[in-house]
Amino acid sequence: MAVFDRRMFLAGAGAAAVGGPALAETAVTLPFGNGARPLVRMPQKREMILLTTRPPQLETPFAVFNDGLLTPNDAFFVRYHLSGLPTVIDPGTFRLKVGGHVGKPLELSLASLRRDFPVREIVAVNQCSGNSRGFVQPRVGGGQLGNGAMGNARWRGVAVKHLLERAGLREGARQVTFNGMDNPPLDGIPDFVKALDVDHALDGEVMVAFQMNGADLPFLNGYPLRLIVPGHYGTYWVKHLDEINVVDAQFDGYWMKTAYRIPDNDCNCVEPGQKRDKTKPIGRFNVRSFITSHVDGAQVKAGSVAELRGIAFAGGDPVGRVMVSADNGGTWQEARMGEDLGRYSFREWRLGVTFAAGKHTVKVRAETAGGEVQPLSARWQPAGYMHNPVETIRMEAV
Amino acid sequence: MRALVLSATLAMSAVAVSAKPVTFDMPEEVVPAELADEAGEPVVAACSTCHSLEYITTQPRGKGAQFWRDAVAKMINVYKAPIEPADADAVAEVLAMRFG
Repeated sequence: MAVFDRRMFLAGAGAAAVGGPALAETAVTLPFGNGARPLVRMPQKREMILLTTRPPQLETPFAVFNDGLLTPNDAFFVRYHLSGLPTVIDPGTFRLKVGGHVGKPLELSLASLRRDFPVREIVAVNQCSGNSRGFVQPRVGGGQLGNGAMGNARWRGVAVKHLLERAGLREGARQVTFNGMDNPPLDGIPDFVKALDVDHALDGEVMVAFQMNGADLPFLNGYPLRLIVPGHYGTYWVKHLDEINVVDAQFDGYWMKTAYRIPDNDCNCVEPGQKRDKTKPIGRFNVRSFITSHVDGAQVKAGSVAELRGIAFAGGDPVGRVMVSADNGGTWQEARMGEDLGRYSFREWRLGVTFAAGKHTVKVRAETAGGEVQPLSARWQPAGYMHNPVETIRMEAV
Repeated sequence: MRALVLSATLAMSAVAVSAKPVTFDMPEEVVPAELADEAGEPVVAACSTCHSLEYITTQPRGKGAQFWRDAVAKMINVYKAPIEPADADAVAEVLAMRFG
């Protein structure tokens, strides 16, 4: 038992025991019950909203999303499942293994990965399946996140397709599994391994990234390599990736077969409190949009134009338009769309609105080119995944 | 109110393009005030083997005793937490009392 070899302190005595500057001095309250969270600094990160310390789970303060379309590395959210993180990673001796149902297994150094394969970039959103779980009503257990378990980055690396082509798939290959260096803290806990169908892994978009936004991945975002699965929830974006394995059957590991399942129906939803017998692994993002320029309760000047701004994204079907209502959903206006960094990126929207004096309820609703629209009220899943209702803020013009 | 202490001595040597080994030490943690008494000891002993205790304290309130019994059962059955049945009942009871 490893309980007491950890340095743990009783609340109130901790500051004296350590004496360092790391005590969380600031906090935020996310707008749902029991939403008080400390702001903390972890390595290579700015002040982030702490969900858990071990393993580290950090949420991006929402104001960051108004600073630009790419989320800075030091503000990018962090999510782990198992607390057995690697303690040292040597980029000189690190090897990515590609094996299983292949003709020629590979062991690739980071230098080989950069040198011997075509290198490409893609801008893509990573979003936790449980982003916004704290807003789910009725509440469900799990990581109680606000809206900050998402981020958009320019990823640089090598398509998994090229690795698998080099290794050579054998006849009958069905799925490809991905495992990282993070491990369970105890034997018996299922290791975190994810799987994609072979066709998906070969689509040329799924890639192994060694850089984000022009720099090495921060340790807590998966240094030195992580899997990028554009348009798909973060559960597939395996960090500290060091093992790619081709299998000739449907992979039935815990994190595919039991965890991260969603109702297998048209809405991927059930009546609150119900369960559904038929489920499937979570997949692509649904469409979302946010107002980033103004917070709930913001004041603006009556009678002059307030420039509303925000972001929208979806799971690969590009955002077609963003509609804004300044009268609590009574009427909707189409926003102007900003720079297009690709169909997996955040897309900026803007709209100037003149508010009469008084209180206003403002809503934003995105629609994909293919016609998927955010629901006006939230759908519900037992695990609290895929929360994407129309977002609403209250504003006051004075 | 929870207090939380993080280490100020986190070793992290990564720079933009580094050839040096990168090391990571898990940040320090504290026992939250809600569990920092004698009654909280079974919870601290059982749960912090695998994870920090914010996993507990950040859960929604008012979910009832069954929510916490289910949580403990999942930790034992799915995640193989090495907790004896009698201890499991005691842990679930404290969790329900403090966070139910």
